[in-house]
Amino acid sequence: MLDFPLWKKLSLWAVTLAASLLALPSLANVAGLDWPSALPDPQVNLGLDLAGGSHLLLEAKASDVRAQRLENMEESVRQLMRGASPRIRIGDVSTAGGKLSFMLENAADIDRARGLIEPVMQGASTVREWELQVVDGQRIVLSQTDAGVNQAIDDAMDSATEVVRRRIDELGTREPTIIRQGDTRIVVQVPGLQDPEALKDLLGRTAQLEFKLVDLNALPSNIEAGIAPPGSQIVQYAPGNAGAGGAIAVKRLGGIRGDTLTDAKADRDPQNNQAVVSIAFDAQGGAKFAKLTTENVGKPFAIILDGKVLSAPNINEPILGGRAQIAGSFTPETANNLAIALRSGALPVPLAVVEERTVGPDLGADSIRKGLIAMGIGSLAVIALMVATYGRFGIYATVALVFNVLMLLGLMALGGFTLSLPGIAGFVITIGAAVDANVLINERIREERARGRRVVAAVETGYKEASRAIWDANATNVISGIALFAFGSGPVKGFAVVLVIGIITSVFTGVTLTRMFVAGWLRKARPSDINI
Amino acid sequence: MKLLKLVPDNTNIKFLKLRIPFFVLSIVLIVGSWIAVAVNGLAFGVDFAGGQEVRMTFTEAAAAPIPSLREKIAGLGYGEPVVQEFGAPNQVSIRVKLPEGTEENPDAAKKIGERVIATVKAEYADARVDGNDTVSGKVAGEFRDKAILALLAAMAAVSVYIWVRFEWQFGVGAMFALVHDVSITLGLFALTQMEFSLQIVAAILAIIGYSLNDTIVVYDRIRENLKKYRKMPMGELLDLSVNETLARTVMTSLTLFVALIPLLIFGPPSLFGMVAAITVGLFVGTYSSIYMAGPLLIWMGVTTSSFVPSAETPLEKQERLAKGQG
Repeated sequence: MLDFPLWKKLSLWAVTLAASLLALPSLANVAGLDWPSALPDPQVNLGLDLAGGSHLLLEAKASDVRAQRLENMEESVRQLMRGASPRIRIGDVSTAGGKLSFMLENAADIDRARGLIEPVMQGASTVREWELQVVDGQRIVLSQTDAGVNQAIDDAMDSATEVVRRRIDELGTREPTIIRQGDTRIVVQVPGLQDPEALKDLLGRTAQLEFKLVDLNALPSNIEAGIAPPGSQIVQYAPGNAGAGGAIAVKRLGGIRGDTLTDAKADRDPQNNQAVVSIAFDAQGGAKFAKLTTENVGKPFAIILDGKVLSAPNINEPILGGRAQIAGSFTPETANNLAIALRSGALPVPLAVVEERTVGPDLGADSIRKGLIAMGIGSLAVIALMVATYGRFGIYATVALVFNVLMLLGLMALGGFTLSLPGIAGFVITIGAAVDANVLINERIREERARGRRVVAAVETGYKEASRAIWDANATNVISGIALFAFGSGPVKGFAVVLVIGIITSVFTGVTLTRMFVAGWLRKARPSDINI
Repeated sequence: MKLLKLVPDNTNIKFLKLRIPFFVLSIVLIVGSWIAVAVNGLAFGVDFAGGQEVRMTFTEAAAAPIPSLREKIAGLGYGEPVVQEFGAPNQVSIRVKLPEGTEENPDAAKKIGERVIATVKAEYADARVDGNDTVSGKVAGEFRDKAILALLAAMAAVSVYIWVRFEWQFGVGAMFALVHDVSITLGLFALTQMEFSLQIVAAILAIIGYSLNDTIVVYDRIRENLKKYRKMPMGELLDLSVNETLARTVMTSLTLFVALIPLLIFGPPSLFGMVAAITVGLFVGTYSSIYMAGPLLIWMGVTTSSFVPSAETPLEKQERLAKGQG
């Protein structure tokens, strides 16, 4: 037990010093010293509650994904039926109840219709995404499977996370953290950002741009009453634009989506100096846009952003170059924001902010300073108590404690963990509780000496008998630490990390290191009595 | 050098003699805490209640003008605001409810926060904004569910651990000691109406871990003594075990205490509630491992002979069987 061969001593020192050295860059940073750039520079990340900044939790609604898929399916079915030869005529199309249902005018077409639809029911994945039912031999009902919806949500969230990342990168904020959380959420953390409004504005925008033909047959009285002619829908004007408060009817299908853009930038209309957004389509989108504008010269089409009409200009001539301008009472800032949003692509699903936290910059610096002062006083008090009570053995415990704090900090820097405000409390608890192992051991050595054991035997028994309780006590601490970690959001997770790593380092320094110190001293001094 | 001995050698306090009055006291405290929680409720912060919370420091003032703030912000028409001291006397947290439907419309929440800040700053130029949080009702509800789940799971898991390492009676004893510690901490927050946030739940989870330290050290010694002194009456054996480990219990609680006190006094004000909870939990936990965890063993029928037929724990038995020595 007290036998430490050289290789063991060397490896223990190597581990201790290596982990402790990792703490130095972070300590230099806190002290405001420059760390030589030639050396590795692992740093403990400061949580938002210490660094200041903004935290946003964004959530997507599953129902939006369902509705979107249904609409896409309707469009594909119509195209497929129209494109079949001979054409399959359908009617009585409904999307009520989350299902797409339509009637074939000729029941004899049923097998052909099935044959055309079945390939599109299977997505890229192996999941069966749609269920097809035939009712009364003439009606086809397509319903979404849960697996299909989940798959779609998963895909939508993946690309939404990517879009969010692109948009934030465009803003030029430093070191943002963007993580997908659970099924439908994205966490965004931007250190140092004090006013998240611009960010929220950018992320809250779906940036789904659509060009749809205006339905000129709709009666104004019906539009006002919200009744759309068959195949059309009523769309409100966006607030702040000409026509705001009003609405128009547009053809539901046959429009163009803005997801084929290759570029978008804020611009000025040379004629009236208004802020506009210039967009450029890719080849495919440009061709579609050219076709749409060629076939409908003289008719108005609506530019719709996130379900609201920006403007509905007349198509004066075919637009063939794949470039267009969007007007809609922008300021230069709003035009720029929209350009960023369009450039980074549309969010496949709208995101809502369900949690938002902003921490001022003064508070964090103040917290760190006060935390360090408290930690310093606390450590001195613990050390004084240990040395006064256990003498030489208390000094060993103190050395172990110093290494414990350094190793804890070093391992946090190495693992890229985040130090949060509750994490500071975790440090102090670790300092106060880490010596528990030494207290247990030293008290046991006292007892064994009182029972008349010789020095070496008493020390050996002390370490051996105390180890069991130390192990059990720390195991339960790790269990509650895991519960903390599983429960916690950011700051609380930071607390759990400090506690759990602190338990591991404190068992190492408090039991193994001190045993090596004590063994070395016993071997050299060979005391016949110890003061403990 | 003469070393400090906080607990003299051969201390022999008859703790268990007073076990019935102290046990009754504990039960009264537990039930009292539940009543306090039921009657006063916990002062949930924005984490658990949802809404818009603005934290401010009045840098030039000794104390925040809480009544005047309450009146001013109530005048904005978002219902009765919750204005509380937060950490230091010159720091406050102001919480207002979000009106229905704000989840769909983040602009509304943003405007509420801005109006609250503008209203306070117009009156008090020294007000500094430390934080501004919006938590939707749905997320707050999830935090509540998760907190309850984490507390129950942690208590159950550590009790099972002790059951496996010791005997079932020890697991039940530890569980009771934990219910005691958690209840009293909750009761304290209900009485003082300090803000109850995610941090406080974190503190309680830490208490669960550390209060068990004491329980385990005492239990470990009880187990050792049960095997050593087979003829000693149980009450005497518990007293012996508690006394033998008393020096350690006092010393460990003291080192943690002297580390926590500076944090309570000089530390960041926003940690005050959390550190206060842990400090209280430290005392309550030490007490409960002597007066809850121990006596319960007697009442659940742990006797010196209960270790005789199989003087090993289930785990030790497993280990022995695994080694093929059964």
